[in-house]
Amino acid sequence: MTLFDYIADRWDRLALQSWLHVSEVVQSTLLAAVLGVLIGVAVYRSPVGSAVATGLASTILTIPSFALLGLLIPVFGLGPTPAVVALVLYALLPITRNTIVGLAGVDPAVTDAAKGIGMGRLAVLTRVELRLAWPAILAGMRVATQMLMGIAVIAAYAKGPGLGGEVFSGLTRAGSANATNQALAGTLGVVVLALLLEGVYFFIARFTVSRGIRG
Amino acid sequence: MTSDSTDSAVSGVEIQLEGVTKRYPGSAEPAVKDVTMTIPAGQIVVLVGPSGCGKTTTMRMINRLIEPTSGRITIGGEDALELDDVRLRRKIGYAIQQAGLFPHFTVAQNIAVVPGLLGWDKKRIAERVDELMDLVGLDASQFRDRYPRQLSGGQQQRVGVARALAADPPVLLMDEPFGAVDPITRGNLQDELLRLQADLGKTIVFVTHDFDEAVKLGDRIAVLGEASTIQQYDTPEAILANPANDMVAGFVGAGASLKQLTLLRVRDVDYPDLALTADVGESPSELRARLARAGDTYALLVDRRRRPQRWVHVRNLSAATSLANIGRPVGDTVSTQSTLQDALEAILAEGGRAVVTGTRGEYVGMIDIETVTGVLAQLREEHESAGDAGDAGDGVDGDGTDAADGDGHGGDAGRAGVARGDAARDGAGRADGGVDGDAGAAADSGAGTS
Ligand SMILES: Nc1ncnc2c1ncn2[C@@H]1O[C@H](COP(=O)(O)OP(=O)(O)OP(=O)(O)O)[C@@H](O)[C@H]1O
Ligand SMILES: [Mg+2]
Repeated sequence: MTLFDYIADRWDRLALQSWLHVSEVVQSTLLAAVLGVLIGVAVYRSPVGSAVATGLASTILTIPSFALLGLLIPVFGLGPTPAVVALVLYALLPITRNTIVGLAGVDPAVTDAAKGIGMGRLAVLTRVELRLAWPAILAGMRVATQMLMGIAVIAAYAKGPGLGGEVFSGLTRAGSANATNQALAGTLGVVVLALLLEGVYFFIARFTVSRGIRG
Repeated sequence: MTSDSTDSAVSGVEIQLEGVTKRYPGSAEPAVKDVTMTIPAGQIVVLVGPSGCGKTTTMRMINRLIEPTSGRITIGGEDALELDDVRLRRKIGYAIQQAGLFPHFTVAQNIAVVPGLLGWDKKRIAERVDELMDLVGLDASQFRDRYPRQLSGGQQQRVGVARALAADPPVLLMDEPFGAVDPITRGNLQDELLRLQADLGKTIVFVTHDFDEAVKLGDRIAVLGEASTIQQYDTPEAILANPANDMVAGFVGAGASLKQLTLLRVRDVDYPDLALTADVGESPSELRARLARAGDTYALLVDRRRRPQRWVHVRNLSAATSLANIGRPVGDTVSTQSTLQDALEAILAEGGRAVVTGTRGEYVGMIDIETVTGVLAQLREEHESAGDAGDAGDGVDGDGTDAADGDGHGGDAGRAGVARGDAARDGAGRADGGVDGDAGAAADSGAGTS
């Protein structure tokens, strides 16, 4: 059986796993975005706070994914939960760091003017600072998403959902019928999905970043 | 200048600072120390002083971007420190050096921010945006939907001023708003601010470290020293004529007298009608006779509309058969609208005296270097004796125009009696040409046409 025959044959299953994979990654990214932006907003004014937040997030990223999952499984058990928790933790670094960089990069004259003409603290943050930091935040989310596409494969080790299951079982069954096809189909799926999401990010940027600050 | 803004409707309110002090945390010396000043309603008050003296800090305490450590600030009688600071700022226009426009908003959205915060409805905001763009000299249809990065620095500053004026606040704070543009654009922006202010009558606190800008814009100038201590707070005329101390003198810098000359216009001074004028159609011998009678050696040739053309010396006349092509062209002339500084420039270029022309370019008199030095001496005297110099202009605002309109010279005496005013003079000029230099006839026909 060729790879294409295999994909055609198992299309329903692969489509479902693909969908679960994307959904897991996207949800983790969104969760990490909410957390990362909150953390970024909380610390960006303080150089010490910024350094600590970025440092902690980097530390998480240095933990090998298998090790992190190994630590999380005893706490959350097997299934999607430890996988999602791991993904969110990994996504925090690019998003938090870019939020801090983006907010700190806002021209002080602009925030001064915003305050000076009578915007309250919250309005300055939501209507000016975050809007101006948005391209950076979005770039952080994009990097996070790409990273998570790969890490989510490994998270299948904790019986998380997604294409990781295909890759793992293909590899463990090496030598038997269609084992290579299964692993390849899973991997190919991850690559294709990553490219699709890249395209989605392009359109999100196009429609949410003001023309006044688009590069 | 002072009279310009008092003529207009005053929409501004008075601002008072009483013993205002600001001490930044962690610094031993206060950045602003015990400043007391009254900023009169509807006037432009310029804060000038060396870098770091506390101008910005002083200004930002008025809209409470910086909270004073102690002291009292009232705006239109209301205690600013009692009000909600965000609401307070919506009633105070704010424009800064880098313009600080929101890069992700269009020009229209930038201007609309404060009206939006105040809850105006969409239609009213849209109308206001167009009105303001017009006011600051930007074509709304062309610029409304542009983003700040698509504007030049000068255009950005205009939008900054429009945004500051959007909700028609009585008070405007401007911190070096024209600091980052080239001198020509700066000059234009300054002119426009003065024009706006003549209509709006806001109370404007303007910070700069450019003393010339202060002289040009200020109804009053506060020269600030270390920690914003007020060195002198007076009209530009008074400060130029009589700096209160060495620090002010140093800040005024070299050329105080020259700067004073920028505040005065030729129409404010006496410029005598010294030149003997002759129409180009007059015969050389006739002109020579007139010069001899007047005891003069030079005559000013004018065209049919009495616009100055050339100078002729009596010596050129003996050989000449017509006045058409002899003499030396008149170089720089000054108009009655020119500043005395421009006049001085022309006087120096022309070698001692310059021709003054009226609104339509016609000869009205001569201004020389003694006139200019006399005005300066008079100003200095007034400010030294009076101390208060709110109305420096009046002292020299003599009857210069009358002098120009009035009596001419012997040869032309007939015309002096004809009438005052441009129409009569014009008529006389035309007649002069027509009757070939007969002064009496010219006077008659001049009288006839007036
Ligand atoms: N946020 C701050 N914290 C501590 N010190 C400050 C702060 N802002 C200003 N200062 C100090 O207060 C003094 C006055 O500053 P300010 O900005 O008011 O000066 P300025 O007259 O506007 O100067 P410039 O002409 O350079 O704009 C300076 O010595 C400055 O270092
Ligand atoms: Mg300053």
